[in-house]
Amino acid sequence: MLLIPCPWCGPRSEPEFQFGGEPATRPVPAAEVSDAAWGAYLYVRSNEKGPHRELWCHAGGCGQWFLMERDTVTHAVLRTHKPGAAA
Amino acid sequence: MRRLPDGSRIARAAPVAFTWEGRPMQGLAGDTLASALLANGVRVVGRSFKYHRPRGIFGAWAEEPNAILDLSWQDRAGIARHDPNARATMVELLPGMAARGVNGWPSVERDVYGLIDLAHRFLPAGFYYKTFMAPDWHRYEPGIRRMAGLGRLHDSADPLRYETRHAHCDVLVVGGGPAGIAAARAAAASGLRVMLVDDRAAWGGSLLWQGGTIDDRPATEWVADSIAGLAEATLLPRTTVFGWYDHNALGLLERRTAAAAGWAEDRLWHVRARQVVLATGAIERPLVFPDNDRPGVMSAAAVLQYLREYAVLAGERVLVATNNDTAYDTVLALCAAGAAVTVADARTDPGPAARRAAEAGARIRAGSVVAGVGGRRGIRWAEVAPLASLSTRERLPADLVAVSGGWSPAVHLFSQSGGKLRWDEAEAAFLPATPRPGQHLAGALAGAASLAACLAGGHRAGLAAARALDRHVDLAPPRAPDTPAPAPIQALWHLPLRGTRQWIDFQNDVTVKDVALAAAENYASVEHLKRYTTLGMATDQGKTSNVNGLAALAAFTGREIPQVGTTTFRPPFVPVSLGAMAGLRHSALHTPIRHLPAHAEHLADGAEMREYGVWLRPACYPRAGETVAQAIQREAAAVRTQAGLFDGSSLGKIEVHGPDAAAFLNLIYYNEVATLKPGRIRYCLLLRETGTVLDDGVVARIAPDRYLLSPSSSHTGAVLAMLELWHQTEYPSLRVAFHDVTAAWATLAVSGPRSRDILRRLHTGIDLSDAALAHMSLAHGTIEDLPGRIARVSFTGERSYEISVPAGYGAALWQHLLTLGRDDGITPYGIESLSVLRAEKGYILIGTDSDGMTLPDDLGMSGPLRAKKVDFVGKRSLLTPDATRPDRRQFVGLLPADPGFVPAVGTHAVVQEGGARRSIGWITTSAHSPALGRSIALGMIERGRALADAGAEVELFHLGQASRAVVTAPCFHDPAGEKLHG
Repeated sequence: MLLIPCPWCGPRSEPEFQFGGEPATRPVPAAEVSDAAWGAYLYVRSNEKGPHRELWCHAGGCGQWFLMERDTVTHAVLRTHKPGAAA
Repeated sequence: MRRLPDGSRIARAAPVAFTWEGRPMQGLAGDTLASALLANGVRVVGRSFKYHRPRGIFGAWAEEPNAILDLSWQDRAGIARHDPNARATMVELLPGMAARGVNGWPSVERDVYGLIDLAHRFLPAGFYYKTFMAPDWHRYEPGIRRMAGLGRLHDSADPLRYETRHAHCDVLVVGGGPAGIAAARAAAASGLRVMLVDDRAAWGGSLLWQGGTIDDRPATEWVADSIAGLAEATLLPRTTVFGWYDHNALGLLERRTAAAAGWAEDRLWHVRARQVVLATGAIERPLVFPDNDRPGVMSAAAVLQYLREYAVLAGERVLVATNNDTAYDTVLALCAAGAAVTVADARTDPGPAARRAAEAGARIRAGSVVAGVGGRRGIRWAEVAPLASLSTRERLPADLVAVSGGWSPAVHLFSQSGGKLRWDEAEAAFLPATPRPGQHLAGALAGAASLAACLAGGHRAGLAAARALDRHVDLAPPRAPDTPAPAPIQALWHLPLRGTRQWIDFQNDVTVKDVALAAAENYASVEHLKRYTTLGMATDQGKTSNVNGLAALAAFTGREIPQVGTTTFRPPFVPVSLGAMAGLRHSALHTPIRHLPAHAEHLADGAEMREYGVWLRPACYPRAGETVAQAIQREAAAVRTQAGLFDGSSLGKIEVHGPDAAAFLNLIYYNEVATLKPGRIRYCLLLRETGTVLDDGVVARIAPDRYLLSPSSSHTGAVLAMLELWHQTEYPSLRVAFHDVTAAWATLAVSGPRSRDILRRLHTGIDLSDAALAHMSLAHGTIEDLPGRIARVSFTGERSYEISVPAGYGAALWQHLLTLGRDDGITPYGIESLSVLRAEKGYILIGTDSDGMTLPDDLGMSGPLRAKKVDFVGKRSLLTPDATRPDRRQFVGLLPADPGFVPAVGTHAVVQEGGARRSIGWITTSAHSPALGRSIALGMIERGRALADAGAEVELFHLGQASRAVVTAPCFHDPAGEKLHG
């Protein structure tokens, strides 16, 4: 059970959080996006072994989404930051 | 076997009556069920899993593989209790307990299935996989399951209450033996929050039976003083730390059955510890020799525990077989208790401990092993042979064989935490290599072999934990007298005796031969060995068998033990009941059911209440003598002809505020919502980014910067979460906020041709004229002097008014509207009746008519894709080849050829292709329509709109029954929508 440092609330236990997967940049405008690019945005993720960027939501707390860097091997939380903050 | 007249801390003045296999017996307060059975001379306590061999008590605690019993009793609260797989060694004996053996019939002493053992040569490892595959394993499975296995569940609900606790601490100390107590003392002296946990009822661990001297007084006094000095710490006896999870989260199971009366039974603790001290001790290994599973072969350490703790002498003529010094504590204790003891020590030079034992009267056979035992339901003799010449045997009379094959540190939690093990050749054991961050190891787990070393290591671990949290401790370490180093252990695995059966895993009946077979068939990986032979997979998880199994595999594959490695240790360390895992999250508390504001009124009006998602809502309101189906038809007809009253309070209400509310919602919704004028309402779809329909509902614009969304009752949470996700991650610069006000409002719908007449009697400041309040519009004002609003939306196809007032007035408004509408025949109608009405209108129900692949155009809504310029959620997905292919399933109506036949939901529409039926879609909704006086259906059919335009007939097929139906547009009633305004 991970101990996740919410950027707003501090360290909280994993059951308070909702996993949002690896963030993907949304290609726009629709009219100019190829089927392949759109398919990749919807379904293709890097699924890194090791440090991995993920979206999480403190659903059982402040309700805010944030970015977390987590090692998928050791499960160590490397850092969390608010969306838009320097990555 | 007998109870000695003195010694031990057992409460002799407090007899406890219990039964074994129906026979009345007496134990003493403080006994475990196992010690009480031994004191009563019971040898055979069970039958083995596979071969139905008689089995006796082997161990004294969590490592016990054999004594798994069926236990019934009535607890203090008078509740009938049942544990189908009680580990007798861990059960504190309570009055009235009725214990029975498992896996034996008619009893474990005379088990007819014991004949299976005669056929053992035909039942090697993997014989299920080889023998029972053709034609189908499932044909054999019931019979095999009946003959194999352990206890049987009673099929009644668990009457007990369990609870869950969450706790944080600075230092969690696992293990209440000398090392753990020393660590807790040191850590607590720094002022940190300490939790000390031990799975026994009494503190002290091995000190309980080993005794000793600490700080110049009896160890028991030191234990009592140290525990008393931990007044600020959380002390959890009878509690097993069963799992180590990420980031120092540990799972604890507190057993409260025998504890002082409390509200709950077992208690599950979720503990997050900043530092953890592991002092989990070690588990004695059995010796592997022919027929070593016979009742009367026991762990030497267990024999000592039964003697010292419970004053139970497990045998009078004892052969102690060992390869290390620790068994000599047992030898000395047995000699002192008056038993005749012979020691077979595998070491040719056993050292000073053996000499002391000889002085105490034991016969020492150096360089010898036990090579066989006799006696089926209890040992009668044992054979001793020189290790160098196993055929030279001497038969000794014996009623107990106490064995010690060395010790395996209890590395389970350490390994679960990700710790790596190293094989220590000198100790013949896997030891922790290096502690993980935030973790400290002490005592026998860390390889300490003496009391002095345990105390010193525990103290050091406590100090280190405190230091890691920047605390300094000034406390003298506890001291025990130095003892001479023990003579080294001599690793001893199975004996090279052909044609014998030597057990490695008692509980799962795995022998040396099975390991040899696995190796011969190239199951050479330890993980394969485990799964092929089931070694270590029983409820004891191989606590006594793992290392012996690895050693055998190493021998048969020509490798060293460290090359073989260990299987992965996983939680839980001991079985944890599902009740404890669930805690209070079951039955009504599992998913709290939500009630409508007028819940009591619905019940008073005779509602048939059913669960819809998290809501308990009226399905319909059957009158006396009326079936549910009849009620639905009556209610639906009443709405069409007069008026009905519906409680729609569960419908979602999300308020969206902010100067950018319009811009944001336009990016989210499929339909255009920015052009919606204040006071107007639009029916909209909400898509996922994949283009599929997530939800539908009406969007009302209350003011230029304020919207009210009405998601489906069961989708409100998901819609709110989606709005937050998109706002926070994609459009954070837009100034908009969301607020779920579902529970703040009661919403009642008056629907039907007479609804306007009823509304006119309502005392309201809202102008109800169609000019002021047209269909798909809403207005705010007073309603019977309450602040509220009225919306003209309809899910029935009739003129409808949705009246919202603060939730606390919902019940009063329900009664008031029924009174106002009485002369117009107002009829309460429930969800099921509404569902018939909406089916007549062809209104979709998301999740019923649609599924996870349905696109808006499939539902006949393609306009917004062409008209809207912004990149709303899911837009690009609607332009893909799959979204635009012509043969997609489309939402249509179906009129069965037989108007009296209502085809089941899930019925397929089929076409004949190449001599076989091919499904072109299915029915999603069907009903008898009171308005049409016939059956109707809705469904998703390939190229459905073209079929409807052509008035085509399709074949329906369901569970072997064929029928026919005409494809139509989805709306059966008032397709022009005149009644919405009429």
